[in-house]
Amino acid sequence: MDNLQDTWVYLSASPLFHLTLTLIAFQAANWLFEKAGRNPLLNPVLGAVLLVVAVLVATGTDYATYFQGAQFVHFLLGPATVALAIPLYRQWYRVRQSALAIGVSLLTGSLTAAITAVLVAWLLGGTTEMLASIAPKSVTAPVAMAISEELGGLPSLTAVLVIVTGIFGAMFGPPLLNLMGVRDWRARGLAIGTASHGIGTARALQVNETAGAFSGLAMGLNALATALMLPILWGIFF
Amino acid sequence: MIGHLTLILTCQLIGEVITGLLALPVPGPVLGMVVMFVGLLVRGGVPDGLGQAADGLLKAMSLLFVPAGTGVMLHFQLLGQALLPLGAALVVSTLATIAVTALLMLWLGKEQADG
Repeated sequence: MDNLQDTWVYLSASPLFHLTLTLIAFQAANWLFEKAGRNPLLNPVLGAVLLVVAVLVATGTDYATYFQGAQFVHFLLGPATVALAIPLYRQWYRVRQSALAIGVSLLTGSLTAAITAVLVAWLLGGTTEMLASIAPKSVTAPVAMAISEELGGLPSLTAVLVIVTGIFGAMFGPPLLNLMGVRDWRARGLAIGTASHGIGTARALQVNETAGAFSGLAMGLNALATALMLPILWGIFF
Repeated sequence: MIGHLTLILTCQLIGEVITGLLALPVPGPVLGMVVMFVGLLVRGGVPDGLGQAADGLLKAMSLLFVPAGTGVMLHFQLLGQALLPLGAALVVSTLATIAVTALLMLWLGKEQADG
């Protein structure tokens, strides 16, 4: 029994345990996702997060301790974002063909994301701080947090809202697009990437390379468009 | 493999340095993507190994969001207090954004393809 205790004390403080936990949780969630025929509603990010949170709560582990192990996985988000240049390059002829359509759709989508979020939260009695925190929710996390801070929101709340938006968009975006009869991979990818950044892009890449490339492009352009437009728009109303 | 990973990380590093020096409103990795993309345009093709390294990373992209997603546990209380305004705003806005962007792209994209 002492050995078990000692081993747990040792392991719970080493990065190995929480890194492995992250991978196992994801494998399990992904297995379920594949078994269900890649049903977007069984989003593997959501499943893995729920499993990890359950283990952390059950073992009384705080997030900072968990992150010491998980940071090795987290770090790879940067290189993966750079790697999005490759599908974008392979699909570049399609992007160039519809550059104007992409520009107009993206700017409109970007404004829709910020304005509808602020409007609905305001109608339901959200505080100004909440409105500022949710306004950039469709933008990739590091940019969204910076915008939120500039508007007077809570960057850490924004980070959570960004992740939840990403998961929600990856889950309900594909069924919504099916319902609307949108079969064009360019339109599907652009819409998912504009609304739900990298998590939506990860999902789009699994389904179709054109959708993945357009989604990655939309993620980058939306970050830029929102960072430039939102503070100006915000200044007019608040 | 190591060479191609080095190339990817170097692009990210260049992106981080440029955004830092010029105080640009885009994150370093997104600018790193632009650096890599321009490099591919100049070179005129994707080297085999680089394509494989990139595809490997991108296949695992969902996994990479799990640590950040787990951060939700830090804000259970705050989210619980403001569940209605934040939850409703998130749901309505995300669905509206997807619908508006897709329909506009479908409509404008078709016009161009026909013309």
